[in-house]
Amino acid sequence: MTGVPLSWFLILSAVLFSLGVAGFLIRRSVLTVFMSIELMLNAVNLSFVAFSYQLKQVNGHLFTFFVMVVAAAEAALGLAIILAVFRNRGTLQVDEVNSMKN
Amino acid sequence: MSQYYTSVDHFVLVPAILLALFGCAVLLFDFLLFPEPRQRKYLVWFVALGLVFTGGALWRQQHFLSVQKIDSITAFGGTLTIDGFALFFNWIFLAASLIVALISYKYLETAGEHQGEIYGLILLANCGMFFLAAGTDLITLFIGLELMALCFYVMVGFLRGDRRSNEAAVKYLLLGAFSSGFLVYGFSVLYGLSGSTKLAAIRMALESRGASDPLVILALVTVSVGLLFKISAVPFHMWAPDAYEGAPTTVTAYLAAGSKAASFAFLMRMFMGPLAPSRELWEPLLAVVAVASMTVGNFAAITQSNVKRLLAYSSISHAGYILLGLIAGNDTGVQGVLVYVLVYVFMTMGAFLVVAALRRKEMLGEDLEDMAGLVHKSPGYAFLMLIFLLSLAGIPPTAGFIGKYFIFLSLIQTGHYVLAVIATLYVAVAIYYYFRIVRSMFISPLTDRAPAATSLGLKLALAVTGLMTLLIGIYPEPFLSLAQNSLLR
Amino acid sequence: MPEGYLPIFIYLICAILFPIVLLGLAKLVRPSLPGQVKSEAYECGIQAASNARGRYTVRFYIIAILFVIFDVETIFLYPWAVRHQKLGWFGVAEVTVFLLILIVGYIWAYRKGALEWV
Repeated sequence: MTGVPLSWFLILSAVLFSLGVAGFLIRRSVLTVFMSIELMLNAVNLSFVAFSYQLKQVNGHLFTFFVMVVAAAEAALGLAIILAVFRNRGTLQVDEVNSMKN
Repeated sequence: MSQYYTSVDHFVLVPAILLALFGCAVLLFDFLLFPEPRQRKYLVWFVALGLVFTGGALWRQQHFLSVQKIDSITAFGGTLTIDGFALFFNWIFLAASLIVALISYKYLETAGEHQGEIYGLILLANCGMFFLAAGTDLITLFIGLELMALCFYVMVGFLRGDRRSNEAAVKYLLLGAFSSGFLVYGFSVLYGLSGSTKLAAIRMALESRGASDPLVILALVTVSVGLLFKISAVPFHMWAPDAYEGAPTTVTAYLAAGSKAASFAFLMRMFMGPLAPSRELWEPLLAVVAVASMTVGNFAAITQSNVKRLLAYSSISHAGYILLGLIAGNDTGVQGVLVYVLVYVFMTMGAFLVVAALRRKEMLGEDLEDMAGLVHKSPGYAFLMLIFLLSLAGIPPTAGFIGKYFIFLSLIQTGHYVLAVIATLYVAVAIYYYFRIVRSMFISPLTDRAPAATSLGLKLALAVTGLMTLLIGIYPEPFLSLAQNSLLR
Repeated sequence: MPEGYLPIFIYLICAILFPIVLLGLAKLVRPSLPGQVKSEAYECGIQAASNARGRYTVRFYIIAILFVIFDVETIFLYPWAVRHQKLGWFGVAEVTVFLLILIVGYIWAYRKGALEWV
């Protein structure tokens, strides 16, 4: 049985990454922007695991661990900061969080 | 010791161990030993103690390198390297952390949010910066970057009741996470191209691949996005004015100095390591970025009325100047980058320190009007700010002139005459908006008679930064030779 | 296309058709007499007072954040657990240091009241 070629994984990873970028740039609610960031980081994880499988190494899997940890820590921090914003403002729309302008 | 953790590994890692240990200890001592607010000054002493121990460990490493006459010590299988470059930056980080710890006490007390966690965060951010300066592996660099960045996200949003601080933290975190995503995507492509995460191995693999490979270009572009974001270069500079303005001023000083210096260390490691074979690709790209940064930074700063925002835009332009040294590419260029970063750390921290000193409970002290007539109220602060502003503009005999001199010298040496002319023209533009602050301090009449804050920590920190700014300008030789010995090849 | 996928394909078709057929037949057969009282939200016989989406307590977010962090810590214990014999006492020491750092964080969260449920 033939395996899935590497380029398919990479294309999927690139598509997921671009979806995450598009979601980040377009979305209005801060939580959805966060989800887009998580999508980007997980696309990168996919790319690392695909390369690692191709090269028959464990370095890529190792990097995946660390990217996952960082994604979790950033999500936790982001949620905590958004809580602080919510306590002060009562809204989560990105457009309204914009009082500092030129 | 075991086969996985040799004594060399330990020797290289000791500063990070000390910083992490003291950071965690500060978090515990905050409520175990020093729960009263008035006992927080013991926390500052404890932080200073930790930084002194770390300095001792760094000194041991430096001494070892000079006695054994070797260039670098590599540890953990090539992922962590102590060389002159890493030590140079580590000393800068240590100085920045010490200064920030000293001034945070008074500032946060005035702002009403004096929690002990800030000191733990300062030490842990310093630990992250250590890995950024000494890492020679993608994983180590990424972890160092994120450790530093996460500590900064919390520090920027430290004033929980202040809307601007919350907003600054949200913006910084979202954009920072976004650019980290790009950075690791580039890392994954670099890993796939070379089969290793060590910088030296990636460099060899990219050399054999050639510069026009589309995957190499993809890696270059995505890694550059991540790196240029952290140094707040155009077009990824949007977070800087808001983050600098909203954060507590002492955190802004740390962000502008320490975080930027660490990001430059990371940038130099990447661009002179694995990405060096693609030089003909990124040299014009970085030239455009540098010119754009200087343009946006200088012209946007002219119209600002908030001093912190003005200094944020000026620091964007300084990032452009430092990139010019990298573009030049010869040894003088790299030396110029190192000297400029050293000088920039002290003068930026000094400028933000003076702004931090003006804060009182009801007045933020950040606008140009708040600085009106400062020379009558506190002549010491006014004259120190004058020195820092002269240095930021690059006027001799201050340190900023030495930094700019080396950058311009390297540009001329390598034939980038156009860039040198543009950079010199922008110095004139910068003088205009720095002079606005000077005019407000010295010439405008005094409107606000309440005295500015003084404390031992503040005076000590200002003395150190002011002294270094003048010293490097008047007697630059020892610092130049230090930078000369710290070059990255 | 490997033949082993054929049963899964058939299963997928059945799973898609099953609810469509059932709901379609039900809609065709049953009488349609909508009324105002019948289409309100069910609240055990009491009148519905307000929107069902009330304010969530912030506590849930904090517990969720802490869960994520400690769950990822557990993820890091798996590689050590797989190879703990080869790593020997040094591995135990390393993992203990790792856990101690996270226990510092736990103690901090505990003392700062993040684990209070009341």
